[in-house]
Amino acid sequence: MTDLLLEMKDIRIEGRSDRQWKPIIKGVNLTLNRGEILGLIGESGAGKSTLGLAAMGYTKGGCRISGGSIHFDGQDLVGASNEALRQLRGARIAYVAQSAAAAFNPAYRLIDQYCEAPVKHGVMSRADAQSDAVELYRKIRLPNPEDIGFRYPHQVSGGQLQRAMTAMAMACRPDLIIFDEPTTALDVTTQIEVLAAIRDIVREYNTAAIYITHDLAVVAQMADKIKVLLRGEEVEEAPARDMLANPQQDYTKSLWAVRDFRRAPPAARHVDEGPLLEIRDMTAGYGAVDILKGINLTITRGSTVAVVGESGSGKSTMARVVMGLLPPSSGSLHYNGAALPKSGKQRPRDLQRHIQMIHQMADTALNPKHRIKDIIGRPLEFFLGLKGRAKDVRIRELLTLIELDPDEFINRMPSELSGGQKQRVCIARALAAEPDFIICDEVTSALDQLVAEGILRLLDRLQREMDLTYMFITHDIATVRSIADEVVVMQNGVIVEQGAKETIFSPPHAPYTELLLSSVPEMDPDWLAGLLKERGAMVTSEEQL
Amino acid sequence: MHNLSHHLKDAPVSAWIGILIVIFYAVLALGAPFFAPFAESASVGKQYMPWASPHYLGTDALGRDVLSRLIYGARNTVGIALVTTALAFTLGATFGLLAATIGGWFDAISSRVVDVLMAIPPLIFALLILTITGTSVIALILVIAILDSTRVFRLSRAVAQGILTMDYIEVARMRGEGMFWLIRKEVLPNAAAPLIAEFGLRFCFVFLFISALSFLGLGIQPPTADWGGMVRESAKLISFANFATFQTATFGLAPLLPAGAIALLTIGVNLVVDWVLHMSSGLKE
Repeated sequence: MTDLLLEMKDIRIEGRSDRQWKPIIKGVNLTLNRGEILGLIGESGAGKSTLGLAAMGYTKGGCRISGGSIHFDGQDLVGASNEALRQLRGARIAYVAQSAAAAFNPAYRLIDQYCEAPVKHGVMSRADAQSDAVELYRKIRLPNPEDIGFRYPHQVSGGQLQRAMTAMAMACRPDLIIFDEPTTALDVTTQIEVLAAIRDIVREYNTAAIYITHDLAVVAQMADKIKVLLRGEEVEEAPARDMLANPQQDYTKSLWAVRDFRRAPPAARHVDEGPLLEIRDMTAGYGAVDILKGINLTITRGSTVAVVGESGSGKSTMARVVMGLLPPSSGSLHYNGAALPKSGKQRPRDLQRHIQMIHQMADTALNPKHRIKDIIGRPLEFFLGLKGRAKDVRIRELLTLIELDPDEFINRMPSELSGGQKQRVCIARALAAEPDFIICDEVTSALDQLVAEGILRLLDRLQREMDLTYMFITHDIATVRSIADEVVVMQNGVIVEQGAKETIFSPPHAPYTELLLSSVPEMDPDWLAGLLKERGAMVTSEEQL
Repeated sequence: MHNLSHHLKDAPVSAWIGILIVIFYAVLALGAPFFAPFAESASVGKQYMPWASPHYLGTDALGRDVLSRLIYGARNTVGIALVTTALAFTLGATFGLLAATIGGWFDAISSRVVDVLMAIPPLIFALLILTITGTSVIALILVIAILDSTRVFRLSRAVAQGILTMDYIEVARMRGEGMFWLIRKEVLPNAAAPLIAEFGLRFCFVFLFISALSFLGLGIQPPTADWGGMVRESAKLISFANFATFQTATFGLAPLLPAGAIALLTIGVNLVVDWVLHMSSGLKE
């Protein structure tokens, strides 16, 4: 019992909304020994972050700890004064936020922000802290550890920032670090390095950690034991290997099974049908910079083409070009055999109607001040000229189609929907125009796996029922495996490989495809260690990619 | 409507105090002929009468009832301030939203014009224009509205630019919606909260500005009752205050009454604005 570090007993946390306190965490127990890593998983709204923050004795604005006890190294955190908590935070308990880009202060250099905590807590002098920073930057495998600290946050990449933040959390050599989805916002190829760096440094200093994520494969690499949360309650907790091999509860099993979804192959089609969309030698960019260079792409009717690549590879720019938001500087677009005007403004309304797009963030794609019926109703009115009763009937049909109850949802505001429901409304809005071709821009990447799977199944069903063609932009290889017919791999604005899914996913791969495919975390807890051994020296050189 | 009553129930005490003050002024201003015991600008007694029935707040230098003039002053000062603010908002918000949505040359030109207007100190500018045009109520409203619309322009342009980066705007643009629809249906509802809060603040500034101009003799002209002018007229009385008896001491209070009326309304409006801003910021604490 001597190495017990954190003990949370029957923790209850409430949040205030609609003038009353509503429970967020409903009596969860948590114990953590020194040097142990606990993976905390669950869908969004499960209370993962709230529970993680409570381990520091902290709650977000509008929340309160209403019951239970938190003991950190024998010290009670629930009743502790703010001053006592301040002594602990940063020095003995540290926090690594999901988005390092948003968590760093853009006005200070990395090393200034690194030194702040150790100097404030009197752990070391400023000069010592600086040399210590360089040491940790080296350990966490940041390039140019001597110089990188003197850069501003916008001057380093997202993956490097996340590592710098981990180094910063280690500054006072805390006993406990809380990682709140540190790699969720990163590409698969960058994620690997951050994961490896975090795991090594935590092991080296024997730091305990709570690792919050909704990605099971990630937690499989990191955690010694896993706790599954659902709506503020614990589903189960077990050592990582046992949990992965043999989950006990139905909910956990359903989480594990998500990745197995495969769509049925599309029905055979007439061969003489021409391509639906053709992009020829297209180059496009912002200002003088070309983002896309010489793109050639043909999409046949009724198929799903997945466009994969890391961020900055030009996937979304391609979507903007097809939608007519960004006229290409050269090359041509053909839709259904006819040339497609480059600018959306020149396209006749009846042509534009056939091409729709669904955005990644349903949160920002729905106007928060419009009701669901107005959001879905507008394209009906705009493209099809429906009014009054006919419009109302069609809105209800569309809501039924996306598996939302019309009576319940028709008058709601977007803020009264969950993430998955919002994305469904976006799909309904796209369907309202009765399109042939839909661009799905990372439609599932902001969603939990279970919800994402629901969306994928819905899109698959709609495709078969309505003979839709999808261009599916994603960086998630698991999604590609489940729904694509054809795959286009992009890197730095160029298509590096394209072809049928089976061809792309079976060796031999193009070098970049190989890197992309091997970077997707697998559920095997030894996967990361094995992969790193395999890549060996490659890891450090990847930084220059 | 349901939403509003919902918010009102949640309103803090300070907001309620502010709402009550604003309602009190509004009722007084609307029903001035009904509440005021005497006419606005008729001499109804001797000069400088102390506070006693029937002139509960005394009379001024021309023997006009001070209480009546205060009540009518609410109508004149607040009324003109309200019209001016509304005009400033119509001008500023229209151009601000257009500048953000159209961008390009329109944005460049209108922003530079606004910069030029803002570079000149407003009081000096107003004094200059009013000296040239003469001090009619219309000129007063126009000058202050144009000066204040520059601030509204800046705010609405900045707010709209933030909203225009959202995906739902892109969705509307991809659909091929016209600019008018974009502004009215997509941008304006989301910009409403900060603009309403700014309306409250702007209203206070306009109203203080009018009072200041009146104090300088260039605002609302006598015999129309106006708080700024009343402060000026009774300012020198303060030195005749004699605190030996209550009756003579009231001379010292004479300039404080219209000044207090100005201060109280400013505080009331600000309390309401604070609350609206708090709601629109989404803070929970």
